[in-house]
Amino acid sequence: MDAQHATLRSKEEIKENLKKPEVITGSEILLRSLVLEDVECVFGYPGGAVLYIYDAMHGFSDFHHLLTRHEQGAIHAADGYARASGKVGVCIATSGPGATNLVTGIATAFMDSVPLVVITGNVATTLIGTDAFQEADITGITMPITKHSYLVRKAADLPRIIHEAFHIANTGRKGPVLIDIPKDVSAELALFEPSTEINIRGYSPTVTPNKLQIDKMIKAIAEAERPIVLAGGGVVYSGGHEELHEFIIKSGIPVTTTLLGLGAFPSGEDLWLGMPGMHGTYTSNTAIQDADLLINIGARFDDRVTGKLSGFAPKAKIVHIDIDPAEIGKNVPTDIPIVGDVKTVLQLVNKEVQYTEKADAWRAKLAASKAEKPYSYTDSDEELKPQWVIEMLYEESKGEAIVTTDVGQHQMWAAQYYKFKQPRSWVTSGGLGTMGFGFPSAIGAQMANPDRLVISINGDGGMQMCAQELAICAINKIPVKVVIINNQVLGMVRQWQELIYDNRYSHIDLSGSPDFVKLAEAYGVRGFRASNKEDARAVWQEAMNHDGPAVVEFVVRKHENVYPMVTQGSTIDQMLMGDAE
Amino acid sequence: MKRHTIAVLVNDQPGVLQRVSGLFGRRGFNIESITVGTSEEAGLSRMVIVTTGDDNTLEQVTKQLYKLIDVIKVVDLSANPMVGRELALIKVTADPTARPEILGVVETFRAAVVDIGTTSLMVQVVGDTEKIDAMIELLKPYGIRELSRTGVTAMIRGNAR
Ligand SMILES: Cc1ncc(C[n+]2csc(CCOP(=O)(O)OP(=O)(O)O)c2C)c(N)n1
Repeated sequence: MDAQHATLRSKEEIKENLKKPEVITGSEILLRSLVLEDVECVFGYPGGAVLYIYDAMHGFSDFHHLLTRHEQGAIHAADGYARASGKVGVCIATSGPGATNLVTGIATAFMDSVPLVVITGNVATTLIGTDAFQEADITGITMPITKHSYLVRKAADLPRIIHEAFHIANTGRKGPVLIDIPKDVSAELALFEPSTEINIRGYSPTVTPNKLQIDKMIKAIAEAERPIVLAGGGVVYSGGHEELHEFIIKSGIPVTTTLLGLGAFPSGEDLWLGMPGMHGTYTSNTAIQDADLLINIGARFDDRVTGKLSGFAPKAKIVHIDIDPAEIGKNVPTDIPIVGDVKTVLQLVNKEVQYTEKADAWRAKLAASKAEKPYSYTDSDEELKPQWVIEMLYEESKGEAIVTTDVGQHQMWAAQYYKFKQPRSWVTSGGLGTMGFGFPSAIGAQMANPDRLVISINGDGGMQMCAQELAICAINKIPVKVVIINNQVLGMVRQWQELIYDNRYSHIDLSGSPDFVKLAEAYGVRGFRASNKEDARAVWQEAMNHDGPAVVEFVVRKHENVYPMVTQGSTIDQMLMGDAE
Repeated sequence: MKRHTIAVLVNDQPGVLQRVSGLFGRRGFNIESITVGTSEEAGLSRMVIVTTGDDNTLEQVTKQLYKLIDVIKVVDLSANPMVGRELALIKVTADPTARPEILGVVETFRAAVVDIGTTSLMVQVVGDTEKIDAMIELLKPYGIRELSRTGVTAMIRGNAR
């Protein structure tokens, strides 16, 4: 895949060499420590404050470094890498403007609990606080959007700090950790001894749940007539998808998966109800409102899921399983709180849980509702419909692709019409809803999975926020298939203006967008375009047969809307059904 | 809305005060007063924070604080019999004719005069928040020129740790 980079040396070979204590620079300590953390791929962008680090990377080949074209590209790529692999994503930027360009990506990862180690350079310690050239207080700026951060004072602290940072990023509730390294620290000599111990006082996430709470949950399940499971991203992050599957099959409880939980349970199985919330299925939303027991597994009751909070799941006893105690009771009062790692909790639960005999009528009712009210749209032979495009992508890829998306209507259609069989196949910015995320995150996902098909689905708006990263796909032969659903407007904004702002279309017209095919070609990437069904399928197959990155633009109907839709201030069973009404 | 006094034991790292106070601001929690100083253990500081809110807010405050890596322990002092004290310095206008009256107030409150100017007195008072509020009320009529309060520091009574 990656022509520029030779195969990496074997990890064992490298590590043996690295373990010998040696006096080296802070920069070399950094690189060696990253290798010892099993880092294979780093996304970055150099500048004055990180030049010692980049100098140490000259000729270094124990991990790949990809030079993106914007720091935002680097951090979203690291994020996509982490979401698609479960490993920590790493990126490097210089001080000041380099570091501040990372802010959106750090916030994106923070909101979705994605493990990242973000390395920034800073001005020399002697200049910190003087408004020096390219100085920004990046630890201060990012405090609200990092799980933790370090401003390194001495090179000798680096091995410990890096080891801790990886540990903090990828344990408990995962999240981004920032390491800010002043320029003189990256040049300073120190004795490098790999840090192997973790001793962070006061930090020890609760993995194993309280047994009494589990017993209460088992009892509640046995009593329930209308139980439902709400499964979120926490299932994916804990690696507990098999345990979830076992739990659902054993108990017979219907399950709805949140936007970030897509793939945590195989879409299409009988007990799967689809996604809940603002653009969720009719069946999921009405089921939540009718349920007498709601078991939240690794979801955080986001307002896009709950709708009007005071009317959410009004009849249900609430069980909430989460690794982060602060999530429990934050938005929704909980009857049975269970703090613990989802996988560990479900392993314990699965030993005891019984089939919910009392829920037979409920299961039958939901199955009927599912059959009666699936997602639907009115297809057309004249114009290409975006929903049809997603269905076509699903069919052609047999549901085996890793799909990344940007933010907007296309994101919701992708969530609705692509069916995910396995976790870590769906990469999307849920919490922050970051436009510009879709395409660079696909580059990271592809780096983590060189042998899988990675499809990145974008709007014509969001694609223009990070399109420059086509360069690194071309240069490094990263074979991402970039889809642009072109409706010539900021579609999701148009939908809101239509439904909530009385058709007052204010500043949504994307006239002046580039010719995306030519744009791709300008970067040396193959470009394709289609505006009817026949061409769409043919062009897609051609793009798939092309060995390398490709951009495929689908020109779709401009005035298509995402349904169902719960408008703000409504309870989730008050859905606008659109075409299907 | 209840008033809660919580003690937060933190790693004495640069930026830790910013992390804690930032968390309060960002999550919409109120800080009535915050004091920080060293603790009984080297490397650890103790913050005492007075905040208002219902019990749910207090629970969220505690849980969110625990998410900060540098936070080691959070104790709700006001859930126990506690001693809470703050110190205030009050510079009050005091013409020679008014002085005897002011000194009377100072004495009743077991406060102290710690500086005397030609037309002013500086009064130091230590006590719980209510006592200091009362003292200020009483001195107001004379004309308060400057006022500085430390915020509350507190401990649970007795042998409890
Ligand atoms: C960085 C950023 N800016 C603005 C928004 C607000 N926003 C959400 S969806 C959307 C429209 C997206 O349009 P497009 O990329 O064309 O996708 P479509 O909705 O048409 O599929 C906008 C502007 C956002 N989510 N992120």
